[in-house]
Amino acid sequence: MADNIIELADLTKIYGTLTAVDHLSLTIRRGEVFALLGPNGAGKTTTILMMLGLTDPTSGSVRVCGVDSTTNPIEVKRRVGYLPENVGFYDDLTGLQNLVFTAKLNGIPGNEAEKKAGQLIEKVGLTAAARKKAGKYSRGMIQRLGLADVLIKNPEVIILDEPTLGIDPTGVREFLELIVELSKEQGLTVLFCSHHLHLVQQVCDRVGLFVNGRLLAEGNIQALAERLFSGSPYVIEAGIDHSISEAKGHPGEKYTAGWLNEIFKSVEGIIAIDIKDNKMMIQCSRDAGSDIAKTLVEAGAGLNYLNKKEYGLDDIYYRYFEGGEKS
Amino acid sequence: MNTNIRKNDTAMHPFRVIVHKEISDHVSSWRFIILISIIVLTCFGSMYTALSNIRTAITADDADAPFLFLKLYTLSDGTLPSFFVFVSFLGPLLGISLGFDTVNSEQNKGTLSRILSQPVHRDYLINAKFVASLTVISVLLFALGFLVMGLGMIIIGIPPTPEEFLRMVFFILLSILYVAFWLNLAIFFSVTFRQPATSALSCIAVWLFFTAFYNIIVNLIAKAIQPSVMASTNQVFRYQELILTLMRILPSELYSDATTVLLMPSVRSLGPLTMEQVVGAIPGPLPLSQSVLLVWPQITGLIAATVLCFVLSYVSFMRREIRSR
Repeated sequence: MADNIIELADLTKIYGTLTAVDHLSLTIRRGEVFALLGPNGAGKTTTILMMLGLTDPTSGSVRVCGVDSTTNPIEVKRRVGYLPENVGFYDDLTGLQNLVFTAKLNGIPGNEAEKKAGQLIEKVGLTAAARKKAGKYSRGMIQRLGLADVLIKNPEVIILDEPTLGIDPTGVREFLELIVELSKEQGLTVLFCSHHLHLVQQVCDRVGLFVNGRLLAEGNIQALAERLFSGSPYVIEAGIDHSISEAKGHPGEKYTAGWLNEIFKSVEGIIAIDIKDNKMMIQCSRDAGSDIAKTLVEAGAGLNYLNKKEYGLDDIYYRYFEGGEKS
Repeated sequence: MNTNIRKNDTAMHPFRVIVHKEISDHVSSWRFIILISIIVLTCFGSMYTALSNIRTAITADDADAPFLFLKLYTLSDGTLPSFFVFVSFLGPLLGISLGFDTVNSEQNKGTLSRILSQPVHRDYLINAKFVASLTVISVLLFALGFLVMGLGMIIIGIPPTPEEFLRMVFFILLSILYVAFWLNLAIFFSVTFRQPATSALSCIAVWLFFTAFYNIIVNLIAKAIQPSVMASTNQVFRYQELILTLMRILPSELYSDATTVLLMPSVRSLGPLTMEQVVGAIPGPLPLSQSVLLVWPQITGLIAATVLCFVLSYVSFMRREIRSR
């Protein structure tokens, strides 16, 4: 698992005045499921195009499976399966025929191509629709067919650009599980490209956050959260009941920040308090849950619930966006 | 696509795979069926008029009399155009309709980026599409030409001479070249414009300009620079040459010049001839080699125009960055 299957070094792509990818360096190890996350226009697709040699980098180098994509794209494309965003198939051909066509383009003889296409169609669960015209497929079926299309060349790496676009939520989950299952089965390296957070979080080993052509952070989700929220690793969310307002020293109907700061002065390790309606976010440097609960109750506030927040990709993502937009 | 091809076959070259697919796409498309029926119908119509007039067409002093068979392709009684006029009219239509959505429809369907991410060179796609369309056109035109020949043989009962046959084959090759020009122009527009409708419209605009408006413009220029009646022969000669040169920018003019010479062996020159050149000439047909020699500039011009269009589309396709949709 130690060898690097994708190596990007100082990769830069400039379109006129726009820098789409800015000195990107990234390595992905064999067998990894990696997700490249970023908003629209972050340069994800451009990066992928450069990996496949479909567009030339302005500077920097790309090596996929040890082959330079810029000088030898054919060899790279032989080993890498790419599912483009909004993939399409020939409407007049059946799903099976579409797959056979791709197989033949990859130099698989007709006989074997058909057999293989049949197996893959079954694997992605399209057996019933195999002989239907691709023009009649639903979006979800197209994506499944796209996955089969990517796998038919026996790739070492599969790159999926927004694979979950246009599929309904249950479909997304099934689809991603299918990808991971198939990749584990065949020992594939998977590179996702997405802005779909939750589900990617469930399936990928490592994440790279990509904004404005730059990789802001990479690592698994836990590592990312630790790095990002290093100042205040613990956030405790407290739900407050407004109907109980006989709090001692409570100025009125609302719990004001000043009052809260006052009562929490005694609790050690509190960094910041943020209050919105009946929800309170308390950032602290240690796990101060019990102290917070005690203080609140003693102060006579109605405490509905107390919740220690786990960081998900969502938070990481938005946190970075805030940063990205400000800069 | 032919999925159940021969068993135990070896892997086909990707280029051939694309050509196969494109040809079967063309042949099974409604567009092609409609086109073929229009062309077949008009050709039979023109053959009918040619056959019904062939008896009266041969006069004693006709230099083309030995080439009775070629009259099948050129004869008309004025109600319906002759075969070769039909081909010169419908050829562009055929080329345009086979080519106008070559690249942009692939892009709009989202198949372009998928195909290009397979291990094939990028130019395979555009070359294969060109080859496929050209194959379809060639087969169609040869079939049509030979069909007319065969029916003519049955009806008038005279087989063509080898020379007539060769002239016919040259005529068909020339027609293929002419259609290839329009095909390439259409491919170029299909690379340039994202919407198939825009590219089809641009092709038709070019076609209309060439067939209708260009003539008007040349006529205007001709009127403006017309030499006076007192002008010397030399001046008149140069004037005529200029007008002819202007007309020969048109691919359709090149095509009709070339076909006229090929199908009417008695035609000796396409430009003005002085009395000195004509004096002493016995009206008689030219041998095939001389006819071909006479139209060699036209053929070269057509080839050049075709290649130019192809190069333009090739270059712009290769430079294009392929994004999904």
